[in-house]
Amino acid sequence: MIEIEGITKRYGAATVVNNVSLVVQPRTVTVIVGTSGSGKTTLMRMINRLVEPTSGIIKLDGEDNRSLPGYELRRRIGYAIQGHGLFPHRTVAQNIAVVPELLGWDKAKIDARVSELLSLFQLDPDTFGPRYPHELSGGQQQRIGVARALAAEPNVLLMDEPFGALDPVIRSKAQEDLLAIQKRFGTTIILVTHDMEEAIHLGHKIAVMDGGNLLQYATPAEILANPATDFVATLVGTGDRPFRFLSLSPAGDAVEPGTAEGEAIPASATQRDALAELLWSGRPALPVVNEAGKSIGRVTVDGLVKRASRPAA
Amino acid sequence: MRLDKLGVVIALIAGYAVGVAPFATFRANRIVAGVPQTLLASLPSWAGPTLLAIIAVAVVIGLFRTPPTLRLAASFATLAALFLLIGTAADHLTPPANTYARVSPASGFWLLLFAFALLAADSLTRLRLTPLLRILVLILAAGFIGFVLLSGSWDKLSILKEYSARADSFWAEASKHVTLALGSLVAAVVIGIPLGILCHRMQKLRDIVLNVLNIVQTIPSIALFGILIAPLGWIAANVPGAAEIGIKGIGMAPAFVALFLYSLLPVVANTVVGLAGVPVQANDAARGVGMTERQRLFKVEFPLAFPVILTGVRIVLVQNIGLATIAALIGGGGFGVFVFQGIGQTAMDLVLLGAVPTVLLAFAAAIILDAAVELSSPFHSGASA
Repeated sequence: MIEIEGITKRYGAATVVNNVSLVVQPRTVTVIVGTSGSGKTTLMRMINRLVEPTSGIIKLDGEDNRSLPGYELRRRIGYAIQGHGLFPHRTVAQNIAVVPELLGWDKAKIDARVSELLSLFQLDPDTFGPRYPHELSGGQQQRIGVARALAAEPNVLLMDEPFGALDPVIRSKAQEDLLAIQKRFGTTIILVTHDMEEAIHLGHKIAVMDGGNLLQYATPAEILANPATDFVATLVGTGDRPFRFLSLSPAGDAVEPGTAEGEAIPASATQRDALAELLWSGRPALPVVNEAGKSIGRVTVDGLVKRASRPAA
Repeated sequence: MRLDKLGVVIALIAGYAVGVAPFATFRANRIVAGVPQTLLASLPSWAGPTLLAIIAVAVVIGLFRTPPTLRLAASFATLAALFLLIGTAADHLTPPANTYARVSPASGFWLLLFAFALLAADSLTRLRLTPLLRILVLILAAGFIGFVLLSGSWDKLSILKEYSARADSFWAEASKHVTLALGSLVAAVVIGIPLGILCHRMQKLRDIVLNVLNIVQTIPSIALFGILIAPLGWIAANVPGAAEIGIKGIGMAPAFVALFLYSLLPVVANTVVGLAGVPVQANDAARGVGMTERQRLFKVEFPLAFPVILTGVRIVLVQNIGLATIAALIGGGGFGVFVFQGIGQTAMDLVLLGAVPTVLLAFAAAIILDAAVELSSPFHSGASA
């Protein structure tokens, strides 16, 4: 659990983060969204004390984060940044091994961990371990950046626009990988982005920031249904709102009894994907199949449209 | 076949060197004006046409677009022939039992040397040799020159006659020269790199230090020696023990200090530039993963800046080897002693005895350090983000 209590950061007369309080539940993904200059990155960097707050307290699992020297604190917290921040003079394996080395792990344990992580990110350890970062593609560099952040098995992972430099196709793959890894290790992730779409897709909870203030801290569904301010509503995008809302739930939740003709959609696909398929193919209903490929009913245009409307407050 | 541009230039130079310029100069003694001799007149009857033929073949190979290995072989063969036959010229031109006569290479020889060294350098560049192979070529070339020297075939050349008259002092001055050039470099590195790191961290200090060093760099070397005489003389007279370790207003001490001051700017400036070139993200990541300030400096900043710093060291070393020649003016020793003695006696051969080793040393230092710079950066293209 991460408790942020009344955190303020001032640079001279400018207040970058203004009295922000929020609690991040363990094993969840929290996304901090905002435009540039909103203070979102500064807020995140105060958690691992890359930035020291002017006032306020941040507690990790009940312990003040100032009870350790900053560098020791940071070794316990994963950190991944936009454009990966890999050390260009070190090989992939050496990059991943940075934190375990700082922590003084023995070599065999480090080697085993590096191989494990490379395999986890679908990169062959013998092929990629000895390469230098500039020999990798952007997507591979990004994966190594996350692998490095996870190397010492941190409970908390901070990510600053980790997918910002990726093209859309690689980005959605990277997002899926991140969700899978989060589920597997139960890591508490705090991710900073300016992309509301990404926030809704990844976050269990979303913190919206503007001008140093925390405007709203709620689940994606709540933010979509009841934006706290006009700014939040603008960020959500009124035109995309119903579709984003549908994207939060799987098609399986909208199944109605009955049958339909044509190609089926898996129950795990989002309701937005289901509606898009219906609209595009001009059909009134789609069959839905479960993981075993067995039909479990159908989704209809009418049913999905009802679900896309604003929930009663 | 198409013509090679550089080959045309080399052909023109070689043509002039063979057809117009004298190959060797004969003088009745070491300071009278010389009598220029053509290539054919300088060499024994078998050697002249042989050398001409070798030059002709090499010029043709250079003139057209031929494979770099062939061009390299042709240039090395010609250079080897020039080196071996210039010794023969000395034998051929010196009358028997005459120990006063002097035979030295003349403009034609030097032009040929220049032209085919150019062809060799160009072929080596085109071959894109790895750093270690380049050093190997350097060692082989040095070995060949050493072999020719030891074989005695150059002994009748005027420059070696000058050498044999001064063999002891030559090696003493050589060691002084190297001590001056390397010692001041080591001092500049020991002081300059930490100073560069401080300058990188403190904007104010950087402005002051770089400005002062820039001004020092513009002071002519002789003026700097003059400026140093007074303070060093004062130190020698007033600081106990200073005179005993060799500090005085003239001699090695001011030369050393001057070279050190000239060396500081490239070392400090390259350290600052190298550190400034470290990617912001690598620095942020270094702090983010929990490196202490010291770890960040030694594990990330310094290794990434190292190739740039080494480039500064290369500049300094080559510059110092040349500049150390001037040290002779204030009694600092070094190869400059022969250069200035030679000028004083109008004995060009003596000037060459000082100048040629200086040039060769600087050349070798440049090749070795270039290779070291390349070896120190296996991550050439850096981060793509």
